[in-house]
Amino acid sequence: MSTETSENKLYGILAEVRNPKELIDIARTVNKNGYKKYDTFSPFPIHGINKAMSLQKSKLGWIVLVHGLIGLTGALSMIYFMMVYDYPLNISGKSLMNVPAWIPVTFELTILLSAFGTVFGMFFLNGLPKLNHPLFNSENFKKATNDGFFICIEADDPQFEPEKVHHLLLVAGATNIEEIHDDA
Amino acid sequence: MSKTYDYVPEPALVKGNHDFSSINSLITDINLRPTPKGWYIAFGLSNILLFVLLFSTGYLIWEGTGIWGLNQPVGWGWAIVNFVWWVGIGHAGTLISAILFLFRQDWRTAINRFAEAMTIFAVMCAGIFPAIHVGRIWVIYWVFPIPNSMVMWPNFNSPLLWDVFAVSTYFTVSLLFWYVGLVPDFATLRDRIKSKYGKMIYGVAALGWRGSNRHWWNYEKAYMILAGLATPLVLSVHTIVSFDFAVSIIPGWHTTIFPPYFVAGAVFSGFAMVLTLMIICRKIYGLEEIMTDDHIEKMNLIILVTGSMVGFAYLMEFFIAWYSQVEYEKAIFIIRATGPYAWAYWIMISCNVLSPQFFWSKKLRRNVTFTFIISIVVNIGMWFERFVITVSSLSTDYLPSSWGYFSPTIWDILTYVGTFGLFFTFFLLFLRFMPMVAVAEIKGAMPQADPHNYDPETSDYSPQEIEIPEPNKESV
Repeated sequence: MSTETSENKLYGILAEVRNPKELIDIARTVNKNGYKKYDTFSPFPIHGINKAMSLQKSKLGWIVLVHGLIGLTGALSMIYFMMVYDYPLNISGKSLMNVPAWIPVTFELTILLSAFGTVFGMFFLNGLPKLNHPLFNSENFKKATNDGFFICIEADDPQFEPEKVHHLLLVAGATNIEEIHDDA
Repeated sequence: MSKTYDYVPEPALVKGNHDFSSINSLITDINLRPTPKGWYIAFGLSNILLFVLLFSTGYLIWEGTGIWGLNQPVGWGWAIVNFVWWVGIGHAGTLISAILFLFRQDWRTAINRFAEAMTIFAVMCAGIFPAIHVGRIWVIYWVFPIPNSMVMWPNFNSPLLWDVFAVSTYFTVSLLFWYVGLVPDFATLRDRIKSKYGKMIYGVAALGWRGSNRHWWNYEKAYMILAGLATPLVLSVHTIVSFDFAVSIIPGWHTTIFPPYFVAGAVFSGFAMVLTLMIICRKIYGLEEIMTDDHIEKMNLIILVTGSMVGFAYLMEFFIAWYSQVEYEKAIFIIRATGPYAWAYWIMISCNVLSPQFFWSKKLRRNVTFTFIISIVVNIGMWFERFVITVSSLSTDYLPSSWGYFSPTIWDILTYVGTFGLFFTFFLLFLRFMPMVAVAEIKGAMPQADPHNYDPETSDYSPQEIEIPEPNKESV
């Protein structure tokens, strides 16, 4: 698939390392050298790589909180509207504002909306679904979901210079260094 | 102080000499190699049962609930028993995937995927019963707050409506949780499969997952939040199912112990079902190195604990009935143990309370055949528990003149047997097309995944030496 002609825009430089520890080390090196637009790839999440890459705390919690609150207030106002305002149902003269009996449905809808917020929020933050990506042009990159550990420095990075990046990755001990191009 | 201390290291989660790649192949090869003949046979049998379900449900809709053995006073029969039983089985999947995750029990990674699959299919089987038992299934949408021509709303004070929300939320959240876990594994299959259509289908299912650590960062957060949401959810679902009974005023149902007792029973039967399925699957698919005997032992411990909790609840129910000095409460518990349904009661006691007690023995806990037998016995017992609760209380309530005996008809039996067809049809499809072990998660739980297990200088794999602490020698 990868036809490395000069017309194809360079996406970035991909390099492989052997194991999780080397990935953390190389991520730290790249990070310390001031690169911003780079990413590491591994078949499973690696403990401690967030520090090496200086990742910010995930914003997901806020998304979930907002959704949960929508679920909570939405459920309560829906039940209030239906049971008290729109069609009051007199059940042996008991209070229409029977809030304890509303707790189960309110709780379930809060959880439901929070779960939607969590899952779709996570995919939104990750920019998924995105079925195609320049990295999929690399045959070697298929190992990223098996036992391969990769780092890619993107061409969009302000201090990106192919030779320098190549050299940096090589010195840091990476192998299989290759240029990744957009197909276009 | 001459006592010597033996250091017992935590058993390895994955046995055998595996690396990431070999684990990857071990699990995903099952999906990639040609379909085995045995699968077709099992799938065919499940399909026959599925048709039994479709036929008996079709006849029910055509003819009405009169084809079941329901009578006055027993207006709730097998449909409710089966509903509670299936939903209870489902709970183990969420317990394994959410609660054990929050407790950092890494052994869950070997079984969480197919326990979650079991949850989803069990809840599907469960959901059929309340839907069809309403009689007029074509107006089932009345249970949802949808504007209709009667300008009426469902009654939010009713436990039956709470149940609608609880079970449908549970199904949706379980499905989302399962899918989130599957995405990285679909990506693994996408990258391994050769066929063009397979690549396309798995590629779409994987949503373009590429293992980026910036993605994993949000993903892990999402996984933890989902686990945190699913934990109270799973407890609430069986609590609300128990409210179907506990909020009524029928003797034997109107008790405050129902919610915790139902939840314990649900976990109990669910773990038994996971064991039944796991013991068969690991044998057929050769996954003994992932689903090890240590896993079986740990699950048996949970069965022992929850089984004893259920036994304690039976005792407590009896005690409180006596302590309350309510004649009807006292009577129903004596009638359960000695009356027309005494046979069912004693099946329940022997299967649920006595059979798990064998697991006090370490030898029996680690015996695969014995575990398999007990796991089936437990599920029979839990079915009878729901039967005893539902039917005995209704058949002998306040007025002896209205007492009646319930017997199922062939349609009750066929519908119940048919749900196994639905369950196994989906389960077999799952085994065939999806990785039955969470590949990414199990890789992350291997010692090779921990960056600290590598030599700081050469970066070669060298697991840390375990320092065995010296026993305290000072005399107190």
